[in-house]
Amino acid sequence: MALLEIRWHGRGGQGAKTAALLIGDAAVETGKYIQAFPEYGPERMGAPVFAFNRIADEPILQHCGIKTPQIVVVLDPTLMETVDVTEGLPEDGVVLVNSQKSAEEIKKQLGLTSQKVYVVDASKISKEILDRDLPNTPMLGALIKASRLLEFEPMLASVQNRLKKKFPNRPEVVQGNIKAIKRAYEEVGV
Amino acid sequence: MIVARTGNEAMAEAMRQINPDVVAAYPITPATEIVQLFSKFVNDGLVDTEFVPVESEHSACSACVGASASGARVMTSTSSQGLALMHEILFIAAGLRLPITICLVNRSLSSPINIHCDHSDTMASRDAGWLQIYTENAQEAYDTTIQLVKIAEQALLPGIASTDAFIISHGMERVELIDDKEVPKFLGERKLNYSLLDVDNPITLGPLDLQDYFFEHKRSEIDAMDNVLPIIEKVQKEFGDKFGRYYPIVDEYKMDDAEVAILVMGSTGGTAKVTVERMREKGKKVGLVRARVYRPFPKDAMTKALSKPKVVGVMDRSDTMSTLGGHLYNDARSILYKSDKQPLMKNYIYGLGGRDISIEEIEAIYGQLFDIQKSGEVDKDVVYFGVRGE
Repeated sequence: MALLEIRWHGRGGQGAKTAALLIGDAAVETGKYIQAFPEYGPERMGAPVFAFNRIADEPILQHCGIKTPQIVVVLDPTLMETVDVTEGLPEDGVVLVNSQKSAEEIKKQLGLTSQKVYVVDASKISKEILDRDLPNTPMLGALIKASRLLEFEPMLASVQNRLKKKFPNRPEVVQGNIKAIKRAYEEVGV
Repeated sequence: MIVARTGNEAMAEAMRQINPDVVAAYPITPATEIVQLFSKFVNDGLVDTEFVPVESEHSACSACVGASASGARVMTSTSSQGLALMHEILFIAAGLRLPITICLVNRSLSSPINIHCDHSDTMASRDAGWLQIYTENAQEAYDTTIQLVKIAEQALLPGIASTDAFIISHGMERVELIDDKEVPKFLGERKLNYSLLDVDNPITLGPLDLQDYFFEHKRSEIDAMDNVLPIIEKVQKEFGDKFGRYYPIVDEYKMDDAEVAILVMGSTGGTAKVTVERMREKGKKVGLVRARVYRPFPKDAMTKALSKPKVVGVMDRSDTMSTLGGHLYNDARSILYKSDKQPLMKNYIYGLGGRDISIEEIEAIYGQLFDIQKSGEVDKDVVYFGVRGE
């Protein structure tokens, strides 16, 4: 696999960085080379934030910022009103949005022509399963379906392991997240 | 074991495996996560380390000095203002020939306040008598931390292994960890010629040392610096033979037929390597030299590397504030003074306060170096690259 670059758009507190780390971790476990890094600034809850991934079969040497990602993931649809989420996206790029709207509507809203748009209502999934609006983990499921950058089951196992370490005494949180990822994987639409 | 780790996590893992006798630290802003991660290892009983949470970085370094003088293997971690606050004690550690190792994250110094990467913090301490090794990625940061403990103890010199803030410290990468048992085996016990705690053979450390002997003692410290490069080479080779990853003193990349070259340190080395690959595909003969070991300055290896191309662009992520350009540039210029193969040289100060440097920008620098090669003239010796108003 040639070098793949992903940009995550979220708001402070939504877990854009965590999502980038989780996918990076999963990719390493399947033998890939990766980078996962947030853009650090004076962050506050709710402020627009970015996180990034590089994934490749070969060692990744560059340490510059990512300006032309092939995939953009938008955790909060309201960001599309204030942030140019498609900046640097190539003609054959992919946009994945957490939204109740259809892919067609999002495509129109972003003024995209050739790029592929995927949508999933990750907030609804998260609220129904985890009782909180944390769209980052379900979006991982949707990302795998939309991009096929990793196999689904190994990614799921890796995320489960990492969440178990993060929440050793809260198995319901781990199981809930896994369920949410699976559902987003099923529900994501073009 | 292959894992995904940030640079901070990788250095903290190295510290866990090294299992130092004493770690004394204080999390000044901007703190490194390394100490926090390591304190968790202490809390979880994964290390036997005496962890001393002191009240400042000045005290952290002082506690390290005391512990190291008693014969302990001692490490700490800091960054930016923290290293500046240690400054006074850095000289004491080096003067007493105490092999303390610091895992450092390179960040700019205030003012203005900024927590991002440049090399002004370690550059401000470059004359303190500490070894300084700048790493390119999380893997190298991890490997170098382990190597440096052994190098420092053999040379009886303290040392700093550093990563670029956020770019490496907070960036997650694929890292290959060594088996837990292998690290202590590689390092062995710290060998002591004398110790403060050896009551049968009492010694005095740090007494008044005036005109009669001070100079001889400082001279011997300089001797240690003069003799350390073969030790570094030996430890790097031992490490490579054992774990499969070899490191050079000076990292040369596609230099053999390079017409123009960039000299750089830290994570930008990797970005520049990608740039070299891209330009080589277009038939441009460009090369890269990355200064890995910066203190002592590897005069011979560096002279050899820099004598190959016709033009060298030196990229500094710090400025001497002397109007003479950056630190690396001044060192490189100095060693080439007597060379009969002096390349034309230009200094690019870049990336202060963490400003990003892209492949395209480095390609533009190579373009300028080719222009210099063509004209045979350097129009301006020192330029500030990527700054408004230049």
